[in-house]
Amino acid sequence: MNAPVLELRGLGRTYGTGAAQVQSLIGVDLTVDAGELLAVMGPSGSGKSTLLMLAGGLDTPTTGMVLVEGKEITGLPRRKQAALRRRSVGYVFQDLNLIPALTAAENVALPLELDGTSVRKARTAAHAALEEVGVRQLADRFPDEMSGGQQQRVAIARALVGDRRLVLADEPTGALDSATGEAVLRVLRARCDAGAAAVLVTHEARHAAWADRIVFIRDGRLVDDTGRQEGAESLLAAEGTR
Amino acid sequence: MSIKHGLLALLDQGPRYGYQLRAEFESRTGSTWPLNVGQVYTTLGRLDRDGLVVPDGEDGEGHVFYKITDEGRRELREWFDEPVSRAGRPRDELAIKLAMAVTVPGVDVAAVVQSQRAHTLRALQDYTRLKARAAEDDLAWQLVLESLVFQAEAEVRWLDHCESRLARRDLVAPAPAPLPADAGGGAVPPDTDDERSDDRAAPRRGRIRRGNR
Repeated sequence: MNAPVLELRGLGRTYGTGAAQVQSLIGVDLTVDAGELLAVMGPSGSGKSTLLMLAGGLDTPTTGMVLVEGKEITGLPRRKQAALRRRSVGYVFQDLNLIPALTAAENVALPLELDGTSVRKARTAAHAALEEVGVRQLADRFPDEMSGGQQQRVAIARALVGDRRLVLADEPTGALDSATGEAVLRVLRARCDAGAAAVLVTHEARHAAWADRIVFIRDGRLVDDTGRQEGAESLLAAEGTR
Repeated sequence: MSIKHGLLALLDQGPRYGYQLRAEFESRTGSTWPLNVGQVYTTLGRLDRDGLVVPDGEDGEGHVFYKITDEGRRELREWFDEPVSRAGRPRDELAIKLAMAVTVPGVDVAAVVQSQRAHTLRALQDYTRLKARAAEDDLAWQLVLESLVFQAEAEVRWLDHCESRLARRDLVAPAPAPLPADAGGGAVPPDTDDERSDDRAAPRRGRIRRGNR
């Protein structure tokens, strides 16, 4: 059996020292397999975003480890971590982080170009990713020429571009109206159905419901897990017994 | 749930017989509220008695057709014009359960909230899966599913709210001490969740039929 795309083992993160010490995450164990969309829910300040930052190698855990496709990323030198993020991990930030001086297509192509892909190939991939999220026509616009919702979709395209195996999304539907938000979740869902793994942090139950599995986090600990649900085939069996 | 008005709405589009009405009713609502043909004929009998429909002959196979009367059309228009009343809805078992849980000593209310939330989220996942599969142009079925989605979402939001209210209360005054095991143990009937899971599994046949499209 293949290694999970993402594995968190005993993951903990403490900020500050002494009386000001805050344990943001405590002993979290979690695996996400290929093809799986996992949603993380919990109140504000429960540790959801910390979990995602650690999973994406954007922060370093105080305890435990993060494995992406079986490889521990926790101890990797920064350069290697950055390369891994460019190639394998797509990250959608709550505050988008688009580069204002670059067009939508350039923003989306950037991680591939930084990774050595030719400009032409990177642009082609960027256009495909923009198409996937329904904003191909905005390829030549700069972020300040787009609405919040459009920028959000570009940020999602940047996370999906190329052949990312793991997509980490922190409230990716935040700036979107409900129909556009749903369209974005359909894109994430389709990516996972095609074999990627994704972790979606959200406080919206309606959005979390697109996931295969929902975990709850409170005060830095995982407190519940809906478990992976069975497909429609099991419903057919249930119907027969009615 | 108004079978009577549902049937009138179908008959408004032309005469139909019992099995046809059942099939069309279920197809519009994705079998979320399955009907048996007995219910259809009982309802047709009442509609006939009240002058809202009349028998309209038989076909070669002995199916008795019904057609809507002017009086029936008036009744149907009134139904569409009037909002659905919020009075007289079934009692909300979950609200009652939570109201009891916060007052009966020894109940782990946070656990009640969490287990309900996980359960409701699973239902929400089911509805969402059905929605993902539903044909884009099947607006009637999409709307029924979205109604279930929004209701489940509202329940989850209310449970989140209960949880933060509880947290605030516990900050102000610690939770009451648990009663001895024999006194508090029976506060939450163990079979209640099973009943609810039947409720949430309502659109069963829809799942299958639509899923196979």
